[in-house]
Amino acid sequence: MHSESAIREPLILGHKTYHDITADIVGPIENKAPRAWYVLLTISSLIALYGIGCIMYLIGTGIGVWGLNKTVDWAWDITNFVWWVGIGHAGTLISAVLLLFRQRWRMAINRSAEAMTIFAVIMAATFPVIHMGRVWMAYWVLPLPNTFGSLWVNFNSPLLWDVFAISTYFTVSLVFWYIGLIPDFATIRDRVTTKGMKRAYSILSFGWTGNAKAWTRFEEVSLVLAGIATPLVFSVHSVVSMDFATSIVPGWHTTIFPPYFVSGAVFSGFAMVQTLLLVMRKVMKLESYITVKHVEYMNIVIIVTGSIVGVAYITELFISWYSGVEYESYAFINRATGPYWWSYWAMMTCNVVSPQVFWFKKLRTHLGFTFFMSIIVNIGMWFERFVIIVTSLHRDYLPSSWTLFHPSWVDVGIFVGTLGIFFTLYLLFARFFPVVALNEMKSILKMSGESYKQQQAQHHHH
Amino acid sequence: MANKVVYAVYEDPEVLKSAARKLVTAGVKVRDVFSPFPIHGIDPIIGVKRTRLGIAAFMYGITGTSLALLGFWYFMIHDWPMNIGGKPNMTLYQNLPAFVPVMFEFTVFCAAHGMAITYLIRNKTLPGMPGRNPDPRTTDDKFIIEVRTEDNAQGSDAIVEMLRGTEALEINERQY
Repeated sequence: MHSESAIREPLILGHKTYHDITADIVGPIENKAPRAWYVLLTISSLIALYGIGCIMYLIGTGIGVWGLNKTVDWAWDITNFVWWVGIGHAGTLISAVLLLFRQRWRMAINRSAEAMTIFAVIMAATFPVIHMGRVWMAYWVLPLPNTFGSLWVNFNSPLLWDVFAISTYFTVSLVFWYIGLIPDFATIRDRVTTKGMKRAYSILSFGWTGNAKAWTRFEEVSLVLAGIATPLVFSVHSVVSMDFATSIVPGWHTTIFPPYFVSGAVFSGFAMVQTLLLVMRKVMKLESYITVKHVEYMNIVIIVTGSIVGVAYITELFISWYSGVEYESYAFINRATGPYWWSYWAMMTCNVVSPQVFWFKKLRTHLGFTFFMSIIVNIGMWFERFVIIVTSLHRDYLPSSWTLFHPSWVDVGIFVGTLGIFFTLYLLFARFFPVVALNEMKSILKMSGESYKQQQAQHHHH
Repeated sequence: MANKVVYAVYEDPEVLKSAARKLVTAGVKVRDVFSPFPIHGIDPIIGVKRTRLGIAAFMYGITGTSLALLGFWYFMIHDWPMNIGGKPNMTLYQNLPAFVPVMFEFTVFCAAHGMAITYLIRNKTLPGMPGRNPDPRTTDDKFIIEVRTEDNAQGSDAIVEMLRGTEALEINERQY
């Protein structure tokens, strides 16, 4: 068997057996949910219902109920869209990119990060759909024969690229996630005793047997899907950035947008993973699997991507001056010193300055502080999108049409509502699905488990 | 003589592997191995061939690329050429750079879904299928070798005897 270097810290703490892993992960599904779960579910589903109400009001009344005006014709809708898509990127990065790099620490967190990705992409997709106003015509984005000619959709437009990118991303992530879940559903199927649960998990597990050929195919599918999901995840946020970068709006027309958006996406996604996992590991007692080392690794990704984002902000600023284009320069001066200066400096503080504290090992291994920082980063990344979208639009070429954007209660309601829907879905996932990839954890137990590593080390000394 | 199936239960994948190797060396054909996670290196021992799913994924992928190209040509060049910002739209070749993103996405879409569907069908894992593992513990912490008398010249007694020398936790015989 492949043995791992003794220098590497164990990824599974304590003295665990294969059966302990099953019991620890499946136990919470079989037992009664703690009261806190019901409380959280009630709160988040009420917020979700309010958000759905706001969406219905928006659809029934029209886009006019948002705070948009003639100058600022994209604001919270697209800010929220980009924010949610960005959050989604961490899941695929963890499960696909880290698989290709053979990073074993991904195995404890990939399942829940992928779930987060799927729910975040659902939330993201809501915004472009509802911002069409007449949602029942949403199918017009597809190249379907029609009675207007046929007049086809425009394949030259980044907005259409986005339709293909987001729908491919969503469905491929879903399939990738589900294929990983099938063997674990089978574990639950073979373990639970009540009739209803047995039936439910039997359907979900698709009749998985776990024979040698099935596992060979499983590993092949995981590897190939990871291989194609890797360029996919980079393409998705690149395409999102091209929604802006291919236009000729000062502040948007920037060639560094694709890499800058992708690293920002990974940055915010990892922050959301931290927010969710730090709570989940505590409530579901997963400290042996999602260890402080895992948290530290994720904080390292946060500092790397946060620094890339910081370099991008400064490059943008420098180029706006160096280009000699006065409109471009003004767009950036206006961001930093105009009426929206507070959002620009909130972005700079949250995204560029504050993650640098993770250079201190004490802070990046401190769980409470990490949780606090994860919230800060997500606030910062929301402001980044707000800065890019609203501050670039609100003062256009014609000073007579300069204006400000004020969100209406519907803007706020829908955004908060998507948070509610997201957390509702995540809570349901945490209750009924195996939150850690059982089969993957078992496959590394004898390499990276604490007690096994100690045995190997002792063996080595003798 | 009725056909018999013998299941040897192990607690560790490495022990199972050496047991399987021993059986195969002695000329016994191992029908299958069931485990809670992939056992690396078991396939060549028991003669499981490499899967061709990767090739299938490639085929689905290039199908996607070709369909996308055909679509672009038909929608954007042939059926209704659109003049967008004065960009060249007279030939597919000239307009191609703008089509790269969708071409890529559609390639990935077809490769991933085609492969996933093939995988589910080939594994016979579809909604509503019953679990067919011989023992419910194989999805938890046990590893099982399955040997069938119909595949082997040796009788079940000889096979069981051989398995007894392999650190098996249990050996179960069943008629079918």
